[in-house]
Amino acid sequence: MAECHPVGFQWVMEAKARGAKVVHVDPRFTRTSALADLHVPLRAGSDIAFLGGIVNHVLRQEKYFREYVVAYTNAPVVLREDFRDTEDLDGLFSGFDPEARTYDPATWQYRGLEVQAASGQRDEQYERRTESMGRGEAHGSGGAPIGEEEPERDETLTHPRCVFQVLKRHYARYTPELVERVCGVPQDVFRQVCELVTENSGRERTTAFAYAVGWTQHTVGAQYIRTAAVLQLLLGNIGRPGGGILALRGHASIQGSTDIPTLFNLLPGYIPMPYAHPDETLDSFVKAEAAHKGYWGEMRSYLVSLLKAYWGEAAQPENDFRFDYLPRLTGSHSTYETVLAQREGTCRGYFLFGENPAVGSADTKLQRLGMANLDWLVVRDFSLIESATWWKDGPEIASGELRTADIGTEVFFLPAAAHTEKDGSFTNTQRMLQWHHAAVEPAGEARSDLWFTFHLGRIIREKLAASTEEMDRPLLDLVWDYPTRGPLDEPDAEAVLAEINGRDARGRPLSSYTQLKDDGSTACGCWIYCGVRADGVNQAARRKPGAEQDWVAKEWGWAWPANRRILYNRASADPQGRPWSERKALVWWDAEAGRWTGHDVPDFPVDRAPSYRPPPGARAADALSGVDPFVMQADGKGWLFAPAGLTDGPLPTHYEPQDSPFDNALYGRQRNPVRHLMPSLPDNRYQPSGSEPGSEVFPYVATTYRLTEHHTAGGMSRWQPYLAELQPEMFCEVSPGLAAERGLEHLGWATVVTARGVIEARVLVTDRMVPLRVQGRTLHQVGLPYHWGPNGCTTGDAANELLHLSLDPNVHIQEAKAMACDIRPGRRPRGAAAVELVREYCRRAGITERTGTEP
Amino acid sequence: MVPPAEFGSYYGRPVLKRPVWKPLDIAGYLFLGGLAGGSSVLAAGAGASGHGALARPLQVGAFGAISLSLVALVHDLGRPGRFLNMLRVVKPTSPMSIGSWLLSGYAPLAGAAAASALSGRLPRVGRAAGAGAALLGPAVCTYTAVLISDTAVPTWHDGHRELPFVFGGSAVSAAAGLGLLAAPVAQNGPARRAAAFGAALEIGATRLMTRRLGLSAEPLHTGRPGRLMRAAELLTGLGTALALGAGHRDRRVAAAAGAALLAGSAALRFGVFLGGVRSAEDPKYTVLPQRERLDAEHRAAG
Amino acid sequence: MGFFTDTSVCIGCKACEVACKEWNAIPEDGLELTGMSYDNTGGLGADTWRHVAFIEQSRPPGGVWTVADHGRVDVFAEAQRLGRPAGDGERIAPVAPEGRTELRWLMSSDVCKHCTRAGCLDVCPTGALFRTEFGTVVVQQDVCNGCGYCVPACPYGVIDQRPDDGRVWKCTMCYDRLGSGLEPACAKACPTDSIRFGPLEELREQAAERVRVLQEAGVEGARLYGHDPQDGVGGDGAFFLLLDEPEVYGLPPRPVVTTRDLPAMWRRAALAAVTVAAGVAACCLRRAR
Ligand SMILES: Nc1nc2c(c(=O)[nH]1)N[C@H]1C(S)=C(S)[C@@H](COP(=O)(O)OP(=O)(O)OC[C@H]3O[C@@H](n4cnc5c(=O)[nH]c(N)nc54)[C@H](O)[C@@H]3O)O[C@H]1N2
Ligand SMILES: Nc1nc2c(c(=O)[nH]1)N[C@H]1C(S)=C(S)[C@@H](COP(=O)(O)OP(=O)(O)OC[C@H]3O[C@@H](n4cnc5c(=O)[nH]c(N)nc54)[C@H](O)[C@@H]3O)O[C@H]1N2
Ligand code: SF4
Ligand code: SF4
Ligand code: SF4
Ligand code: SF4
Ligand code: SF4
Ligand SMILES: [Mo]
Repeated sequence: MAECHPVGFQWVMEAKARGAKVVHVDPRFTRTSALADLHVPLRAGSDIAFLGGIVNHVLRQEKYFREYVVAYTNAPVVLREDFRDTEDLDGLFSGFDPEARTYDPATWQYRGLEVQAASGQRDEQYERRTESMGRGEAHGSGGAPIGEEEPERDETLTHPRCVFQVLKRHYARYTPELVERVCGVPQDVFRQVCELVTENSGRERTTAFAYAVGWTQHTVGAQYIRTAAVLQLLLGNIGRPGGGILALRGHASIQGSTDIPTLFNLLPGYIPMPYAHPDETLDSFVKAEAAHKGYWGEMRSYLVSLLKAYWGEAAQPENDFRFDYLPRLTGSHSTYETVLAQREGTCRGYFLFGENPAVGSADTKLQRLGMANLDWLVVRDFSLIESATWWKDGPEIASGELRTADIGTEVFFLPAAAHTEKDGSFTNTQRMLQWHHAAVEPAGEARSDLWFTFHLGRIIREKLAASTEEMDRPLLDLVWDYPTRGPLDEPDAEAVLAEINGRDARGRPLSSYTQLKDDGSTACGCWIYCGVRADGVNQAARRKPGAEQDWVAKEWGWAWPANRRILYNRASADPQGRPWSERKALVWWDAEAGRWTGHDVPDFPVDRAPSYRPPPGARAADALSGVDPFVMQADGKGWLFAPAGLTDGPLPTHYEPQDSPFDNALYGRQRNPVRHLMPSLPDNRYQPSGSEPGSEVFPYVATTYRLTEHHTAGGMSRWQPYLAELQPEMFCEVSPGLAAERGLEHLGWATVVTARGVIEARVLVTDRMVPLRVQGRTLHQVGLPYHWGPNGCTTGDAANELLHLSLDPNVHIQEAKAMACDIRPGRRPRGAAAVELVREYCRRAGITERTGTEP
Repeated sequence: MVPPAEFGSYYGRPVLKRPVWKPLDIAGYLFLGGLAGGSSVLAAGAGASGHGALARPLQVGAFGAISLSLVALVHDLGRPGRFLNMLRVVKPTSPMSIGSWLLSGYAPLAGAAAASALSGRLPRVGRAAGAGAALLGPAVCTYTAVLISDTAVPTWHDGHRELPFVFGGSAVSAAAGLGLLAAPVAQNGPARRAAAFGAALEIGATRLMTRRLGLSAEPLHTGRPGRLMRAAELLTGLGTALALGAGHRDRRVAAAAGAALLAGSAALRFGVFLGGVRSAEDPKYTVLPQRERLDAEHRAAG
Repeated sequence: MGFFTDTSVCIGCKACEVACKEWNAIPEDGLELTGMSYDNTGGLGADTWRHVAFIEQSRPPGGVWTVADHGRVDVFAEAQRLGRPAGDGERIAPVAPEGRTELRWLMSSDVCKHCTRAGCLDVCPTGALFRTEFGTVVVQQDVCNGCGYCVPACPYGVIDQRPDDGRVWKCTMCYDRLGSGLEPACAKACPTDSIRFGPLEELREQAAERVRVLQEAGVEGARLYGHDPQDGVGGDGAFFLLLDEPEVYGLPPRPVVTTRDLPAMWRRAALAAVTVAAGVAACCLRRAR
């Protein structure tokens, strides 16, 4: 965190100054470790075993916050008889289909109640949830809602099939001994962590977890976070001050770009993107995707308001508000599928706005080969990044695999304006929007992305104006009327914010998503952002200093939803509505006033008494009882066990990374059985693992990461002399032990090889890289920053040449954080010889297109 | 005491910045300044004692040396104009400031003295100027010691007690050397005696200094500076021996002695200069003495 | 006004270095990988007015901290030690309990000390270096004549010459910013408040309190450096809280402003001058025949 979120880390330092203990769990000793009270080095890719071990400790030692767990989580809920756990099926959950490599999550559901997830894979229940609807009903109010009654609960938590007991069995084997064997964390150190976490959780104290891509970039990435969620729910650390799981985000507004997504499978506000189903209507979509209870019960209002924002007058009740205009998904269209589509020639044009895949994306070679097969490529960036110049000076030109003359791709480079040159908002990790005003006009031909997108749309619409084609209607019917100003005709960013905030039938700005209607009388570009421009005031631009307001600082910027600073904060009070402790009071029930009050904006129907129990048949928010703090959840509870939403299981389970020198010590299944596995291509081979023959060819574990001094694929740092001089060369970090084992000299050169590629780097021998004892042998890990590429003030090989395309099945992220590799002294071969070296390694490891692909 | 072998440092990097002065310019400047100052004094003495044939070349030599020394200084500054900035202020805390004023007072006098010595015109003015130069001469040859001592460079600074005597002696032997080179044997008496005096002062003071300094003197014993210091002592000693031995009989011996003395003086200045530079480059010479002082203070404080 | 740099909260982000270069438009000075941990700047100089030092230390539990210099490791000798049975002497996790090595990564942002008795300023013959109304020490670039005297005069090895034009450069404590009521760029950029800017008296109080807290918390080696107005340079305008001996950070343990001895030097020089005059005179006593 100190490395990558230095400005955010100041708050960790403040907490530390007030006595907080900081534990850093990371394979490497980093700048964060230097400031932590305890650094715990572990094997990259083993965190589920580590966290699962803590879960097991909490359950066995009875350290969980029982009252909280019983009242606010789904621990008491009884599961279906036909559910089978990985303990029963040696690493598989029930519902596995080996051919399709997918799970049918039906058996993961609660007994007698079908719940929909608040996010994630919601479409997987489509068929089942819509089958009750005959075609005729399709335009009606929809069929009988599934499972109205409360699920069966056992508040004693003793029912053999209640979530709590299932959880206990699932993690029973995640003992300190196992943690030591799998993670390489000595038992005494592990116990130290368990104590620190449990001692600091409960009524009076809370513990927070902060993570970023050290947890996400794995073939089981989403499940890493789930494990932390399970742990935090058990300890009662969610919805309370000082608790929670903080996702430290990436690019300055990457949070904003998931809220109003640049992701293929989401619409604004986490409304799922519809899949292609025959005769799907707005109703059947909502019926399938929306929850019955909680705020997702209002999905129809959010979606209709969005469609009104998109298509305005053209969106009417009789035409289903132009729901049919929305594109449909036919499967995963992640950036990696797109690359394959480019190679197959089905994807012919590509926009790169603020992305440098030739350096930043996994298996960069494949990225470049894909782009080399396009008709056109548009790159909007500050400088001539590798993704804009690969066709003349990329590694494949050097190796002779590509010849500039043969490349048909027409590449356009358009200079982009920086954030200092345009108005707009950043949404940070706390879901807080902060507005920034342009300081200067963009220089030369540089233009903002808003400018480009608006005028591109305008011109296309002008060209199509005369068209009578059905397929052009969605474009022509779009509301595309943003006012522009200044010499550059820059669209008014605040007009866009106004559209996102939403307006009522009379065009007045809305102030809360609770005002959204499903009858088309409201328009809102992103329901969770509704209120950011309440009263027509840009709430994101508020800058009242912290010293001039209370510790929640509600008047600095604006946080979605409804300017709440801590989500699910109803959980900060006990079931009767009293704070769990004065020390940790946040919101509470004021009986006299008959409403929720407190320091933060209550994340709960403000007048809903703790004693309230919904009448039968109640739906959406009305169906939330007074003790349902998790208002977005279909059952109002925090999910220890996820009955829906995940493709790879209801409970986090340790699997080895795609390429690992070790066998899975817990189950017969080596890897995540439903990992999102891209086809094994000549340029994307997988490696043998553990005891599979040939895995000894790649005996070390490499992990990739960032340096404070550089930014991601380097476009914003390698071109800056002041940053370049601070980290002037690509290097790798190795322990003295590994240096000795492989004859690597400090400041000399090393060559790192995987089945995908080979790179070279200068060697930094450091005690900060700690050898671990894993499964009885010494494991050395190799640290590789991934910022370098061939262009800029400082150049070097890109670590991503080494990565494979086995992805997390829920979020399709690459496994950048743990892969087996080999390292040897000296510089890498040049040109074709480099390619030959990789082939030779593959031969030695006996790698075929089948290697590493079994489920 | 023997300093501990290992000591803390930042990757063995120097604590101090190495003096940026170019050795040839500044060590040369030290030597020439000394030669000039010494020569003026000896010239005056010689003149007064009727050794005109010794005085005249010394006057000329003094002016020649001081002119060259100024050239060296300006060359080190880069642009001639920059020397004028030196005369913006008078700063007692800055030996270079004082030195600059000193030189601007001394150089014209030395010039006038040399002019009249060469031309034989205005002998009275010449004598007066010579006397003036002789008055400033001793300062000119010893202030350079303060110039380098007034830095953080361990060897230079720690030597500040003896260094003025070292430089003074070295200046006198240099002047004597010049005299022996230029004057007829019949007239070189004062030069021979000055050689003996200068050498004694230079060598004595140097030995005293290095003994007292301990660690800070190490750079003066080792490496190139060490070789230069040894050469200096050898040449100065040799020159003196020759001068006293046969300098009064044989012109060639006298000349050889003179050359040796000049070379010895130059070697000493380069030795001291480079020794100082080395002491700045190696953190050991900065850290260890300070560490000792600190620990001593701690012990005193109990 | 001055700086109190609390290295115990420095996260080594180098924002101070970059902010300084940006604000003062200092040229980039070299893309060299030094191998000195994450320090690729090396030290203060004419084109580096803030420098963040990185020191990697390890020790057996309870032992003394030592700096590992892997630049000097003979990997083949090291290789001999390999293949030993598990655990023994093998460096495992850098956390306290027995058998393991503790690691410590010291980071410290260095800067001109703006000495109360500044050697550089004292020896400057042109008056280019001067004491500002804020008590800081600044070079007037239009006056500096590149004589280079200040360079060896600085006991901290801070100020240095730019080879191109020979003039010297160093931290100005953002003289221009102070003039317009802004805090220095480096302090402004520091996320953890490791660099604190303010009136020295206040900073000294804060510092004293901070060491007390750290020492109570059992942080060994916490000490102040350059805070004492009685020290050899009359106290630093930029002082530090360090976690190890100053020399470990490349700082002199007990610097003294060279001009403290200047009067003595002048006296000795005068004495020497008299000696020379008298000696030479004596040599000239005997008149020529
Ligand atoms: N200076 C700087 N700041 C940045 C960025 C940058 O490039 N430079 N990038 C921004 C972006 S886009 C993002 S996404 C964030 C990312 O922020 P971080 O996630 O902090 O960035 P990383 O350095 O990639 O990964 C963090 C740590 O994960 C560790 N790690 C690797 N494998 C494992 C593992 O299996 N388990 C555990 N527990 N740790 C592991 C690595 O050693 C590394 O220290 O940073 C943002 N901030
Ligand atoms: N091996 C490995 N690979 C990784 C990761 C890892 O940890 N290890 N991390 C992954 C993560 S988390 C991320 S986020 C990616 C990042 O990978 P990329 O996003 O591909 O890399 P960046 O360098 O962040 O690319 C951003 C580009 O946007 C440009 N830019 C900045 N502002 C603007 C703007 O306003 N408009 C336009 N048009 N351009 C702009 C910058 O100049 C820069 O070139 O890398 C991923 N890849
Ligand atoms: S770059 Fe921006 S987002 Fe990253 S730490 Fe600095 S301030 Fe925060
Ligand atoms: S630290 Fe050096 S440069 Fe800075 S004021 Fe003191 S003597 Fe001058
Ligand atoms: S270099 Fe400039 S600042 Fe330094 S002493 Fe000479 S004139 Fe003064
Ligand atoms: S005070 Fe100003 S000049 Fe000095 S280091 Fe900080 S930013 Fe640089
Ligand atoms: S900005 Fe602050 S925290 Fe960052 S390196 Fe400089 S002093 Fe340390
Ligand atoms: Mo990211």
